[in-house]
Amino acid sequence: MRRLKIFIAGILLTCVAVSAAFSQDLKVTEKVLPNGLKVLLKEEHKSPVVTFQIWYRVGSRNERLGTTGMSHLLEHMMFKGSKKYGPKQFSQTVQRNGGNDNAFTSKDYTAYFENFAADRLETAMDLEADRMQNLLLDPKEFLFERDVVKEERRMRTDDDPTQTMVEQLLATAFAAHPYQWPVIGWMADIGNIARDDLLKHYRTYYAPNNATIVVVGDFRSDKALALIEKHFGAIPRGPDVPKVGAVEPKQLGEKRAIVKQEAELPALYAAYKTPNLTSRDSYALNVLQGILSSGKSSRLYRSLVYDKQIALYAGGDYDDVSTDPNLFTLYAGIMPGKTTEEVEKALYAEIDRFKNEPVTDEELQKAKNQAEAMFIMSQDSVFYQAMLLGQFETVASWHYLERYLDGIRAVTKDDIQRVAKEYFVEDSRTVGILVPVKGESPKAEHPAPGGHHH
Amino acid sequence: MKNRLIVACVLVFTLLLSTAVFAEPLGKRIVLENGMVLLLAEKHDLPMVTVSMAIRAGGVSEPADKPGLAALTASLLMQGTTKRTASQISTEIDFIGGSLGVSGGDDFASANLRVLSKDLRTGLDLLSDVLMHPVFDQKEIDRKVKETLASIRQQKEEPEVIAGEAFAKAVFGNHPYGRVNDDVAAFLPKVTRQDVVDFHARRYGPNDCIIAVVGDVSEKEIIALLNEYFRDWKPAENSDPKHAAPPVIEKVTVRKMEKAITQANIAIGQVGISRGNPDFYAVTVMNYILGGGGFSSRLMDNIRDNRGLAYDVHSSFSPQKEPGAFRIWTQTKSESANEAIAEIFKELRRIRTEPVSDKELADAKAYLTGSFPLRMDTYAKIAGILTNIEIYNLGLDYPQKYAGLINAVTKDDILRVAKTYIDPDRMVVVVLGDQEKIKLKL
Repeated sequence: MRRLKIFIAGILLTCVAVSAAFSQDLKVTEKVLPNGLKVLLKEEHKSPVVTFQIWYRVGSRNERLGTTGMSHLLEHMMFKGSKKYGPKQFSQTVQRNGGNDNAFTSKDYTAYFENFAADRLETAMDLEADRMQNLLLDPKEFLFERDVVKEERRMRTDDDPTQTMVEQLLATAFAAHPYQWPVIGWMADIGNIARDDLLKHYRTYYAPNNATIVVVGDFRSDKALALIEKHFGAIPRGPDVPKVGAVEPKQLGEKRAIVKQEAELPALYAAYKTPNLTSRDSYALNVLQGILSSGKSSRLYRSLVYDKQIALYAGGDYDDVSTDPNLFTLYAGIMPGKTTEEVEKALYAEIDRFKNEPVTDEELQKAKNQAEAMFIMSQDSVFYQAMLLGQFETVASWHYLERYLDGIRAVTKDDIQRVAKEYFVEDSRTVGILVPVKGESPKAEHPAPGGHHH
Repeated sequence: MKNRLIVACVLVFTLLLSTAVFAEPLGKRIVLENGMVLLLAEKHDLPMVTVSMAIRAGGVSEPADKPGLAALTASLLMQGTTKRTASQISTEIDFIGGSLGVSGGDDFASANLRVLSKDLRTGLDLLSDVLMHPVFDQKEIDRKVKETLASIRQQKEEPEVIAGEAFAKAVFGNHPYGRVNDDVAAFLPKVTRQDVVDFHARRYGPNDCIIAVVGDVSEKEIIALLNEYFRDWKPAENSDPKHAAPPVIEKVTVRKMEKAITQANIAIGQVGISRGNPDFYAVTVMNYILGGGGFSSRLMDNIRDNRGLAYDVHSSFSPQKEPGAFRIWTQTKSESANEAIAEIFKELRRIRTEPVSDKELADAKAYLTGSFPLRMDTYAKIAGILTNIEIYNLGLDYPQKYAGLINAVTKDDILRVAKTYIDPDRMVVVVLGDQEKIKLKL
């Protein structure tokens, strides 16, 4: 992401999953253009605004070790000029029209958006159609932007001890799957990426048949569709994109990643391998996640933070909006004077409760009520609605959003107990622990950034 | 989990912009029986209601020797009332899928409620209960103090917090806007239950309290509900304790702070303007061009686009009841710190010596006026705007007036406000990082 710092690591996405509660009829118009471009339109007339988003099915999942971070760096370069809108023109054009624009990259997708007053919708199309096919990738701009991304990495990860630990946790959890490396890329890899690598990446993945346009807001679907056909219809279909064949093998025992960094308090994350939203079990896992960590009446908050006062914060995230199976992560920050061991034990005790006894009727109803309320409340933001449609469609299908609430409503106490027993097993667990050290500078052990390209 | 969403351009400005679309007043202003001011925007598109309250019980209202008392009091309101324990409060609001919270601030404490309209009565029952009948159980106070101290300690891991706090302290000194974590951490172990009880009794009341309601409820219904639930709320005192003025800064003042990290975190600035300042609109346009306008701003163009020195660089004013900070913020690898700082100062001098270009001025106005619909496209955003309209007496026709106010700004105005409110020779400069590598030349 280029300006706002919503870096969509696995963990950020799961909050979305729980709130992704839509009823059956989303009133979405779906259309696929002859060149393979998918279009999802949802009229929402409560406010005179519109969000235009384009989602490419490419992310760090489509990369290789040695040049990780390519998708994200390419995302940055998408703002550095195309044929019609040269360098510096993109965002300036958006802003001159009273709009806000940005983009974000995850393991599974790269998405671009423009938010405008409703009468400027066509401006977004003109801009996005140009950079879908005519990106300049200016060599000089590329060198500057690669430095910008290194600064972004320093800020987000290298100077943040908890993020550094989470990065190591993911690298440990996955042995054979690309989810093991960070979306922003390893520092040395960022330096390895050449302009021609990006050009190839762009030509491989930026094509109408690998993209979805999502528009939500105050417009007429027939008119919007005609405009989309006008701007994107003539862009030729690209070759089929290469398949990612990687499959993470079954984990055969607990793994642990210990990270020593200058920090004030220890932190502990425990991640379990879980299925994604295409599995029936994802509904029960989502309800379990709600009971575990949604609100101050949730089990983890009440037990670890409020009653025992051993954690400064505690929660659980289920990353089911993911192309391939991903992780369910429990996390906690350790209170001063308490030990990582006792917090870890307390986290597992809460997991064991799900296995050993049914949840209460009240808890089950509360989690379902929260999902239903979120369904309604999420419609307050056109941007957020479009984001959910884009995410679901890109990792699987937007139709999973339609089924979501029914799936949640059908979850029983037995389902929750069953999925807890099936997925929260020690042998498929990876634990990350941040161990604070003082007065040292472990950062110095990083290879000199940039050493690979100058 | 720290899902940090750091928004660049932290303008506390309410950038209300106008287009022809917004011909109607934004809402209605109604004074309730108990003196509370209600701002109501009825919206029936969705079956939900957002309620946002501003109570004159922020840091400015706390005694100078009790820093953090206002925020502590606000955070304790949810921790038990004469009718409900902390657990009952969280269970009730979670069960209806709503959200309720109270938090402190500089000028105001704020309370926010969001519920489905069918649950509005339950929500208002909870909201009024926590504001009017907190018990401040000693155990809850101890728990919250412990939690706050741990949280303050954890924030010492975050470079932007450390640098930001040092900046606020240097700029505001003993003024309430300069009360920082260290002050709070020194006071909290000494806080008594009586401090909290007294602050609540003095500062929380229907007078001097604004309640903005946006959503699916009729005027008649909401007035009846608010009169019912807030009827017995006793008035608060209106007076705030006297407080110190920010220190006079005579020259560039540098604070170097050591931390073993890879980037220099840099904050540069001084006291800015208050929201009531008539130059607010000219300052808004000027700051957009300087560093508030994202990729259209000079700072971003120079430091990020042309030099690749930083991921984020921006400037902001934080106009509140009193002048808030003008601040430029960036982070760059240690070795580039001097270059980034030199370029920032170059831009500060340029904006106050050369007129901006016609194109810069036109682009800034086009964005500020044209993005108006985006500034009020959710219920919560509308509630925030209504609250500011009342606090700063902007008038419910402010959306209609705004474009005129922005479009009236001239190049001369921009030069004048830049000269008046930006003084490069009296900046506070905070640089946090690995000083051996930074080798600061200031």
